[in-house]
Amino acid sequence: MSDFSEELIRSKTEDDQEESCVLSGTGMYFPWLQKHIDTVETGGKKEKDFAQTTSACLNRIQEALLKHQWPQAAGYMHSYFQILEDSDSHKRQAAPEIIWKLGSEILFYHPKSNMETFNTFADRMKNMGVMNYLKISLQHALYLLHHGMLEDANRNLSRAEMWRYGEKSSSQEVLINLIQAYKGLLQYYTWSKKKMELSNLDEDDYAYNTASQTMLNHSWKTSVNLGALIQTPGVWDPFVKSYVEMLEFYGDQDGAREVLTNYAYDEKFPSNPNAHVYLYNFLKREKAPREKLISVLKILYQIVPSHKLMLEFHRLLKKSEKKDHHKLGLEVLFGVLDFAGCTKNITAWKYLAKYLRQTLMGNHLAWVQEEWNSRKTWWPSFHFSSFWAKSDWKEDVALACEKALVAGILLGKGCRYFRYICKQDHQVLRKKIRRIRKSVKKHSIVNPGL
Amino acid sequence: MWKEPLKRREPCEPRQKEFKERCTQCAAVSWGLTDEGKYYCTSCHNVTERSKEVINTGAIPNTKIQAINRGLKRKRKLERGWDWYVCEGFQHILYQQVEALKTLGVGPELKNEVLHNFWKRYLQKSKQAYCKNPVCRRKVTVLEDNQSHSDWDSEPELLRDFSCPSFAESGTESQPDGLAQKPFPISKASQSETASICSGSLDGVEYSLRKEKGIVKMTVPRTLAFCYLSLLWQRETVTLSDLLRFVEEGHIPYINAFQHFPEEMKLYGRDKGIFAIESWPTYEDIYKKMIEIAKFLDLPRFPDITEDCYLHPNILCMKYLMEVNLPDEMNDLTCQVVKMTGVGEVDFLTFDPIAKMAKTVKYDVQAVAVIVVVLKLLFLLDDNLEWSLSNTAEKYNENNKEDKPRFDFRKWYQVMKKSIDEKKQEWEEARAKYLWKSEKPLYHSSIDRAVAFKRREMVVDLQKQFSTLVDSTPTVGRKKPSSFQFNWAEGDAARTCFHGHSLQGILQNKGQSLTTKNSLYWLSTQKFCRSYCKHVTTYEESNFSLSYQFIINLFAFLLRIKTSFLHEEVSLIEKRLFKTKYSKTKKKSSRSRKGRKY
Repeated sequence: MSDFSEELIRSKTEDDQEESCVLSGTGMYFPWLQKHIDTVETGGKKEKDFAQTTSACLNRIQEALLKHQWPQAAGYMHSYFQILEDSDSHKRQAAPEIIWKLGSEILFYHPKSNMETFNTFADRMKNMGVMNYLKISLQHALYLLHHGMLEDANRNLSRAEMWRYGEKSSSQEVLINLIQAYKGLLQYYTWSKKKMELSNLDEDDYAYNTASQTMLNHSWKTSVNLGALIQTPGVWDPFVKSYVEMLEFYGDQDGAREVLTNYAYDEKFPSNPNAHVYLYNFLKREKAPREKLISVLKILYQIVPSHKLMLEFHRLLKKSEKKDHHKLGLEVLFGVLDFAGCTKNITAWKYLAKYLRQTLMGNHLAWVQEEWNSRKTWWPSFHFSSFWAKSDWKEDVALACEKALVAGILLGKGCRYFRYICKQDHQVLRKKIRRIRKSVKKHSIVNPGL
Repeated sequence: MWKEPLKRREPCEPRQKEFKERCTQCAAVSWGLTDEGKYYCTSCHNVTERSKEVINTGAIPNTKIQAINRGLKRKRKLERGWDWYVCEGFQHILYQQVEALKTLGVGPELKNEVLHNFWKRYLQKSKQAYCKNPVCRRKVTVLEDNQSHSDWDSEPELLRDFSCPSFAESGTESQPDGLAQKPFPISKASQSETASICSGSLDGVEYSLRKEKGIVKMTVPRTLAFCYLSLLWQRETVTLSDLLRFVEEGHIPYINAFQHFPEEMKLYGRDKGIFAIESWPTYEDIYKKMIEIAKFLDLPRFPDITEDCYLHPNILCMKYLMEVNLPDEMNDLTCQVVKMTGVGEVDFLTFDPIAKMAKTVKYDVQAVAVIVVVLKLLFLLDDNLEWSLSNTAEKYNENNKEDKPRFDFRKWYQVMKKSIDEKKQEWEEARAKYLWKSEKPLYHSSIDRAVAFKRREMVVDLQKQFSTLVDSTPTVGRKKPSSFQFNWAEGDAARTCFHGHSLQGILQNKGQSLTTKNSLYWLSTQKFCRSYCKHVTTYEESNFSLSYQFIINLFAFLLRIKTSFLHEEVSLIEKRLFKTKYSKTKKKSSRSRKGRKY
């Protein structure tokens, strides 16, 4: 549950941040600019003191929230409500959303606030203006989830799901889908709890049947709820994941594959690395042919060249029969090590050292040079400085050895990193270092004559 | 002579005995029954939701029928209040304001004679009453019922019984004269049907469209101008800035004054534009309006402002010296500046609307400007001399603890800065928290009505919920009205009182007279604006010393005026004070040397 709720909360706070940015127009706050904009809006007419009161009030609420002064914020909020009676219909209509955002924040943290206050507030705000009902319902449900009130949250979502108001605008449709999907997620949660129970039961047990029956029931409802959202372009990772898990559990491999393929390949969806990861993992479970796995990872490689699956990708490419796959394998390794986060990844270095030797033995010097040319200006200081040599040796001798080998091959034996490591007199590693020296001598791409 | 402007139409039914609760508004137990069977308070006209049937029967099967019944009646009632004119609304506001002034201690003649006469004159001049064929009734004269109105036009005592406290005390209903009377019994139905589309008052639509040349139309801010004119006429001890501050502090009805209109005076549609106020009155604006009205009313020269009047600069200077915690000894200097500049002359001070250039002195601003000039004479306020004088005074005070302490500008600055910052913060907070909307929501038409009421209800609900979350520390209660904003008591370390401090060390004996030790002076304004913009000069804060900025800010805040406004007044005083030198210094550098003798 903890992961799950965290995810929900995160998505909520992210929403909030985004909204508050919209509030102030940009991320930055310029009081003078704001004033200027305001006068432009009012057509140069002098702003009424009422408007000054409300805008000063809003500023003070935001300030109080920033400083976590909840009672003060509530005090200003008390006065800010009058904006709902603003004669400027534009401001009046924008008000409920602002009030909801600020008010729910205050009630979330205020020491004297409780579940009941929050619920009353949410219910009141939901019914203020048509456009806010769904959004507030959803956020209300997330609040309840955060407090572990799963059933209340579910009830709330169901109520919101049933809500209709004439022609729903397209934005509202997404919201309805989202509400349904959250409902589905809640059902998934129950389902996976049931699954855990089931795994503890004996198959011959009488209870087993009923339990599996309710499970099936849940999964059916969930798939209905999740299905609609997943069709809409967007990033729906948790929903997709749970949906696929259920489909797989009931043996609907084709369904699962379709969902994942669509999620990864539909061009209307925003580029999402996780979509490819899910698909890859699914195909791997399915024991799909190597060719297919490679094609999935190829796309992931284009989006996130530093992804941890890249080493696995390299292994797949190495095993492939195609020549251009072998070349790509080298590229992938270099690509991984371009990223600062991967500099200490010993596996990557080991692979590179090994693969470099292999490539050079296979007479593909050109491939190596091609990769090296774009990196030779910055890799030496990025990876092979004497500082790194010292600190790598101190922290991880094995890593230092792998790197020294690579450095030697790419930069020749005159390179600082290589020299430093070779100079270290280490009893256990003496043999290894000798081996490194030997292979450097043999494979180095730097002309030994120079 | 004044009278609660409006009365109920129906004669009062015998007081009801069954209902014994206290009225929620005035706590009186004196209930009458409206024509719909609802209880209303005979002393404040608050109509309750309780109706007679409900109390008497209380039987459940009936309640539903009654509710429906009531609903229908209620709707009809809301559509049709009393027939009233816009000018009656303003009269009501003026009535409330003058009553408030009375409770603030202003003499009763202000209401009964001065304001009453001004208002009468206004109605006459604007052709709304006391004349042949008043504007607001021209269009409906055909429908007029002669019998009840034969004397309306010619009756000069329209407001004769204005001062009858309220009809509850007067007991009898519907006296045949006064604005309270229902003017057109016959035309009413057709009138209110058409009028109700756009306004609650009979002439709201027409009034908001009316644009007659040479006529000053009444507005809510102008009610304050009327109040101030009356105060000035009576030479009361209230300045314009005081008046506006009382408005701000809620002692004088202004914003939402209409919500105290009798229940039956319905306001909506155009009335909203006329009576709803969403801004604070500003000094400059009310000041201008006051002159405008005085001219429009063609008022004669006002009573003389002599040296014993509160508005005389000598007395006002003393008041403001006390207010800002400056030594009493400075009063001698202010009196001298007043004398030299001639701003204390009766002719200069007395307001004469008929004069060619009708202009009145901003008594409070001027007095404060005199103090600023004196401070400049004493301390130069160039961010240098005042501090070195402070050092000397501090040293002296340390060594001579038994003596009367010498005035230490730095100490004074520290005390004032702290106090004014606190006050300002309080003020800003109050402004940010001010609740503008009336309990009686205003709406554009009867269609909006339900929405407006629902919105109001929503806001009240939300406010109720959040009020429990507000800091439990008691918020500062409503301030008692006072012409002083600060209280300097002896013995409080943080709020040292400087009234008794001496100016020794800043003044020096020269022969028989005292002169300021400082012989320098700089003029606040080098050049006066000669264009038609009517500004005397501009005030670019950053061009001036920090001390000067502080002083100007301090006083401007006390009077709730713009800093530039005060700066202008200071410049004008200097112009008078250095009349001879001024033309020369204008050509010279920014700092003029000037020895001053007293």
